Amino acid sequence: MTMKINLTINNHPKTFIIDPSELLIDVLRREGYVSVKRGCDEGTCGACVVLLNGKAVKSCILLAAQAHEGTITTIEGVGTRDQPHPLQLAFVDEGAIQCGFCIPGILLSAKALLDKTLSPTKEEVKIALDGNLCRCTGYSGQIKAVLKAAAVMRGDKK
Amino acid sequence: MSQKTFEGRIVGKSVAKVDALSLALGKPLFTDDIPFKNTVHVKMLYSPHAHANILDIDTSEAEKLPGVLGVLTHKNASQVLHTTAGQGYPEPSVYDTRLFNKKVKYVGDRVAAVAAETVQIAESALELIKVKYAVLEPIFDWDKSYGNTIIIHDEGEAKYLIPVHYDSEKNHVAHMDAEVGDMDKGFEEADFIIDQTVRNHYAQHCPLEPHISIAYFDGHDRLVIRSATQVPFHARRIVAQVLGIPLSKVRVIKPRIGGGFGTKQEIITEIIAAAFAMELKRPVKFEYTRKEEFISARTRHPMTVQLKAGVKKDGTITAMDMKVTSNTGAYGTHGLTVMSNAGSKALPLYHCDNIKFVGDTVYTNLPVAGAYRGYGGTQAALALEIVIDELARTIDMDPAEFRLKNHIKTGESSPIFKALGEGGEGHEQTVDSVGLSECIKFGANAIGWWDREEYKKKHSTETKKRGFGLACLMQGSSIPFIDMAAAYAKMNDDGSFNLLLGATDIGTGSDTVLAQIFAEVLGLEMSDIIVLSSDTDLTPFDKGAYASSTTYLTGLAVQNLAEKIKAQLFEYASKMMNVPSSDLKLGAKEIKHSTTNQSISFSDIGTKALYTDNQQQIGAVASELSKKSPPPFCAHFAEVEVDTETGRVKVLRYIIAIDCGTPINPKLVIGQSEGALVNGIGYALSEQFIFNQKGKVLNPSFGNYKIMTTTDLPDIETIIVPTFEPSGPYGAKSIAEINISGPMPCLSNAIFDAIGVRITEPPYTPDRVLKAIQKHE
Ligand code: FES
Ligand code: FES
Repeated sequence: MTMKINLTINNHPKTFIIDPSELLIDVLRREGYVSVKRGCDEGTCGACVVLLNGKAVKSCILLAAQAHEGTITTIEGVGTRDQPHPLQLAFVDEGAIQCGFCIPGILLSAKALLDKTLSPTKEEVKIALDGNLCRCTGYSGQIKAVLKAAAVMRGDKK
Repeated sequence: MSQKTFEGRIVGKSVAKVDALSLALGKPLFTDDIPFKNTVHVKMLYSPHAHANILDIDTSEAEKLPGVLGVLTHKNASQVLHTTAGQGYPEPSVYDTRLFNKKVKYVGDRVAAVAAETVQIAESALELIKVKYAVLEPIFDWDKSYGNTIIIHDEGEAKYLIPVHYDSEKNHVAHMDAEVGDMDKGFEEADFIIDQTVRNHYAQHCPLEPHISIAYFDGHDRLVIRSATQVPFHARRIVAQVLGIPLSKVRVIKPRIGGGFGTKQEIITEIIAAAFAMELKRPVKFEYTRKEEFISARTRHPMTVQLKAGVKKDGTITAMDMKVTSNTGAYGTHGLTVMSNAGSKALPLYHCDNIKFVGDTVYTNLPVAGAYRGYGGTQAALALEIVIDELARTIDMDPAEFRLKNHIKTGESSPIFKALGEGGEGHEQTVDSVGLSECIKFGANAIGWWDREEYKKKHSTETKKRGFGLACLMQGSSIPFIDMAAAYAKMNDDGSFNLLLGATDIGTGSDTVLAQIFAEVLGLEMSDIIVLSSDTDLTPFDKGAYASSTTYLTGLAVQNLAEKIKAQLFEYASKMMNVPSSDLKLGAKEIKHSTTNQSISFSDIGTKALYTDNQQQIGAVASELSKKSPPPFCAHFAEVEVDTETGRVKVLRYIIAIDCGTPINPKLVIGQSEGALVNGIGYALSEQFIFNQKGKVLNPSFGNYKIMTTTDLPDIETIIVPTFEPSGPYGAKSIAEINISGPMPCLSNAIFDAIGVRITEPPYTPDRVLKAIQKHE
């Protein structure tokens, strides 16, 4: 049995034929959104985070069917080489990227926060990133980078 | 500071990592990000028993399942005895492994692999495989394994390629000993003796990207393996060895990889994927799940370390006697070298004339240990830094003062360097850059060490006690007279350069650091360098990402390479400009005359050399054999709060002061240091394998194996203490590993400082801390 789902991914309308038991991560990766990473498959690492209707969700514990008619953002849809998002720039500048495997998920969790507020406290940043594991960096640079991006987006910092 | 330091135009600057923006944009850079048509998927059947003989395997039902393409077991797979350790050849690890063994030796040992059209089909097929086991009694306690009546490797075939002690009849994987001075005299001279035994625990590396390989044949029928590996050249060699194919028919490509920390120094997925690809002539993907990472990848070697040390009232350490029992689990990968490193990466840290080391590695029926960041140094630091603290307290000397007095100083040597190397005798060396005194002083000031008693009083309550801890560490930079690294570069028409590196950037930033060294020598910008690393067909050899060697050793190779190219550029310019080379100097991407305003730009040289004048490829190759292993040093300071009612240990502040020689890229130094530190704190406080009675790991998931997240972090500060290592590239040393080893002893010392209770068996979970408190009372 298959079914059809409609999604808006990175501002493009898409229709996919899926198996109702397929997970969102599998459909997204199959369709070429390979920035969505698989680190655990059980909702505990955050590497597969995407924005679904503006909220950071773990795509490995969500059926693709549950996203039907939804709006999805993956990191492929955020920033370009010529015009990176302030978060992407801040992560690069702060040395907050080592292996980079956790980065798409972390950037999207951070984006979900900054989409709500541009004046987060350090504590709020920590809480927003709490579901995203990073084994390489020790997180401090990433927390700094989110605060810096927020400042840039507020216009406090260039 | 008296030591000379170096800051260059690009070396010493926190330039952005060369791959950072691409990674931030989510580009398809990892092993599994490139789609292959017709990919075959592999799933593995693991032993449910810790110790058993396989009497029979029936795969017929599995093979009949539609979509199943092949099944491998010990009956039909390659039987070549090998080691999965990705080390130089001949490996210092015992050959005791086959792709599938007839006798399974731990819960998680490989029994059969299925290749199928989909993952689901492969998984279903696993359930159809019938295995008859004759279950044997297992042994789990490594302190009881040596000489036990239960013999784990009783097949009688395992052997080393190098002449070292091995006795499978006694479960004995390796032995090392070394003695300098006179131990009896040393202990006689002591006013006090401390004798302490510590035991560290099983833990996993947890790279965010699990192991993965995709194997396929290219248009010339050569086997290509895209692999998340730290050691592409060793992977190529071992795949060829086990599958009996010429090395020249194998190409290993390492794309970006999602962390390694040692576990990807093991050849775990490559051979299976390749074996099926050879059979099926289709692309084959073998990808671990997170659960498989925990049950069947590699772990840290758990060890029991006994350290007995004597001290005089004036603070002189008179003797150190270290005994190590290392548990390598069911197979002996890295069993010899991790154990010997426990001595060689710890004992030279302090002055002492009488030192003895005895190390033994044994098998158990538990998961297989391997390389893990810290590599024996972590295990030994737990013992050493607890004992050093206790020696200081015994003679009423401040632990920081005691370390300042006794630590090895610039220009000095330790007899241990020669007596104990990695798996054999070592090499004499002096340490020519030691910033440890400054590390201790700066770290102490930053945390408020000298006023801590007053501070503790002020901030402690009846049940919540504050305490301060300190630990000092050393590691090495490469393995002397074993490790070799090479680099190659060529100039393009526009004056840009391709820099081809065998070195394996596993997220550490080595591509960037090495490009910085190249740029510094040649007056380039980072954007003038195109880095390509780790493709066995395209790049020169490098032993791989391990032993804290890349910045130091590959750095030296790159520096030599750039110097060679610089000489070519001068020669070329001198011909073009008709002036002697000695009148020329390097400008910004140009060669200039030192007195006139004559010059020739790199882009001019690049174009002319390729197309019109004195035509030649400007480029060179350089390689470097390690001749020394200069240790980086660091001091760790922590403030903790111990809740005496719940046993909860909260780390409030943590200071690292690190001597890395010249920090080639300070932000990457901080990233490497803090990444290792946070892993180390997790290991000290919460990370552990929980086994049931039968040796099965009960918590193979991030839900139940707790690694640190953002909300667990203490306030962390990293202080870089630059020194200048005369033998290193621009004075640099390597620091990828060292900082993981601090938290276990530092937090034990801090807990002791808070509540007067000594804990020697991490992790310091609330229940263990409570138990220790109760025992103390
Ligand atoms: S892969 Fe989804 S949370 Fe880990
Ligand atoms: S950068 Fe490697 S896991 Fe975060």
